[in-house]
Amino acid sequence: MSDVQWKNPVVKWVDERLPVFSLMHHSTVGYPTPKNLNYWWNFGSLALTCLIIMIVTGIFLAMSYTPHASMAFDSVERIMRDVNYGWLLRYLHANGASMFFIVVYIHMFRNMYYGSYRAPREMLWFLGLAIYLAMMATGFLGYVLPWGQMSFWGATVITNLFSAIPLVGDDVVTWLWGGFSVDNPTLNRFFSLHYLLPFVIFALVALHLWALHVVKSNNPAGVEIKSEEDTIPFHPYYTIKDLYGIAIFMIIYLAFVFWAPNFLGHPDNYIEANPMVTPPHIVPEWYYLPFYAILRAFTADAIIYIPFGWFFITPKLAGVIAMFGAIIVLFFLPWLDTSKVLSAKYRPVFKQFFWIFVINVLILGYCGAKSPTDTLFGIKLEIVSQVATFYYFAHLMVLTPLIGWMEKTREVPNSIAAAVTKPTKTEEA
Amino acid sequence: MRKFVISAVFGAVLAASAVVGSAFAAGDAVKVEGQDWSFSGVFGKYDKKQLQRGFLVYKDVCAGCHGLRQVAYRNLLEIGLTEEAVKEYAAEFEVPAGPNDDGETIVDGELLVRPAKLSDKMVPPFANEQAARVSNSGAFPPDLSLMTKARMNGPDYLYALLTKYEEEVPEAFLKEYKEKHGEEFVLPEGMSFNHVFPGYQIAMAQPLSEESVEYEDGTEPTLENHAKDVTAFLNWAAEPELEARKSMGVKVMIFLLLLSVMLFALKKRIWSDVH
Repeated sequence: MSDVQWKNPVVKWVDERLPVFSLMHHSTVGYPTPKNLNYWWNFGSLALTCLIIMIVTGIFLAMSYTPHASMAFDSVERIMRDVNYGWLLRYLHANGASMFFIVVYIHMFRNMYYGSYRAPREMLWFLGLAIYLAMMATGFLGYVLPWGQMSFWGATVITNLFSAIPLVGDDVVTWLWGGFSVDNPTLNRFFSLHYLLPFVIFALVALHLWALHVVKSNNPAGVEIKSEEDTIPFHPYYTIKDLYGIAIFMIIYLAFVFWAPNFLGHPDNYIEANPMVTPPHIVPEWYYLPFYAILRAFTADAIIYIPFGWFFITPKLAGVIAMFGAIIVLFFLPWLDTSKVLSAKYRPVFKQFFWIFVINVLILGYCGAKSPTDTLFGIKLEIVSQVATFYYFAHLMVLTPLIGWMEKTREVPNSIAAAVTKPTKTEEA
Repeated sequence: MRKFVISAVFGAVLAASAVVGSAFAAGDAVKVEGQDWSFSGVFGKYDKKQLQRGFLVYKDVCAGCHGLRQVAYRNLLEIGLTEEAVKEYAAEFEVPAGPNDDGETIVDGELLVRPAKLSDKMVPPFANEQAARVSNSGAFPPDLSLMTKARMNGPDYLYALLTKYEEEVPEAFLKEYKEKHGEEFVLPEGMSFNHVFPGYQIAMAQPLSEESVEYEDGTEPTLENHAKDVTAFLNWAAEPELEARKSMGVKVMIFLLLLSVMLFALKKRIWSDVH
């Protein structure tokens, strides 16, 4: 590791006592990266960028925010009106959450397309899923803090999910609330946890990167690094490529912040929380919508509910199990995928099913946003979400292993170097 | 480059679906006509003269029932009112002044008060929700500080709400309503008919009409102008930072575009020896 000779005496002195400079050198200049990574591989560094922006803006927001049921809403308005650049901080933070999720969703779909979750990268994938789960929790907690109507009623609906737990459900909910309804104690603890979890995410990201540096990046060819010919150093090649990606990302992100800062939010959250008035439609933030659709798909007369009925599971509990199951099942993906080939580039059948899966998730998102009585192409959304929920699990648990066994894959290149030089003349990256 | 374009397109599609999703998430907002606002668009700015007219409408018509509790009197200086005028306006209102030297806030059963100053938040017309309901036959006029942000397409909706009243429920509407819902539309006693308000009935009687307010700058005192001006004013009340936000946005975008071009050129150069 410490194969670098430092010339600067101060650097040398520090490094001999705590090899931070060697560590940095080792994980940048000395870190071999596949030379064929495309722009889909930018989304990891983008996600880290988002996390840093969220933590920094969040710390400054917390300096001016008051986590009290009777003052939270007004303290947010004070940030918007009277705190210097408070509007910028808050809009960066609110839109940053949405951007973080867009980036992470693309990062996850990229992972599924190129089979990056497969051996030897299972731990990397698990840590990624853990980060995603922690993000979902953090996002939900944060949305409650402005104490608007959607904050309050969203918190009420989501915490009530735990009442589906048999026997102890109601007690668990009372325990979560710190009272008998969502109220000041709930807001207090949500603020505390919302401040805590990003640092948990940060630690998980450190582990995620550690695991990455052990197994190295996957790549579009889905073949492992075999020789030095396959790789280039992370710095300067991928540092500059990531920086360029960050600049493009900032253009999109800041366009929302400066010109459509409330586009991804809900107007009802500019009405102060009122326990006596329920909004006509309670909807979570957009990034939870597919899971919200899965939750609501389990009605007593739904076909997908029948097997749960055999075990005397209520429809509500079935929905909760399925919603959490939708993420739990992803942990098994490394073994559900039976193909010998990692990358969808060489898997003509899987490639098509992958895109159907993406569309299916988008349809679930649409179902989550609308009322179950609305229609899509003339079909009631209640039915659409049941079919889409079924397909979500069928794709992961049945189709993925089946395609892996039966698919005739295309020829995989021998090495990354071969993959880069062979197919196209105008390979830009 | 081709790959980058595909990536960008996919990213855009995902972002767009998020946008569509969130737009749908707002539920069944009534469709309202889009209006031309000086503050919309990339370079949008408030028209100060319009905001001043809008303030006049708010002060003379809305303020009787609707508060602007997030706005301070000093903020009114930003729309071009003189300090004297604002001080005079603020002094018309009373705010709690206690405790006095003896530590009392109430003397002889009366709350100690003083005239409002520039630094005070605008005083709401009613002490609390109960008082507001008593004075408005049970209805609660909401605070307007954030109204344009608290409704889908806020400014367009507000303008439509103020201009789409009808004295009588239109025949065509009754017919259409019956076809759609299978039952008669009945307007309850004391309610007014409005085309865009949810449920088509609103407790607020038509607040604005021609010459509701006397304009001093020669603008026609039509219902449309009143509605437009007060909506612009309320949008300013909800988003006083709008001008600063948009003008900063333009500068930031110019910087970012230049930066990304340079980073792309640098990336090309650094990568030129790979393969």
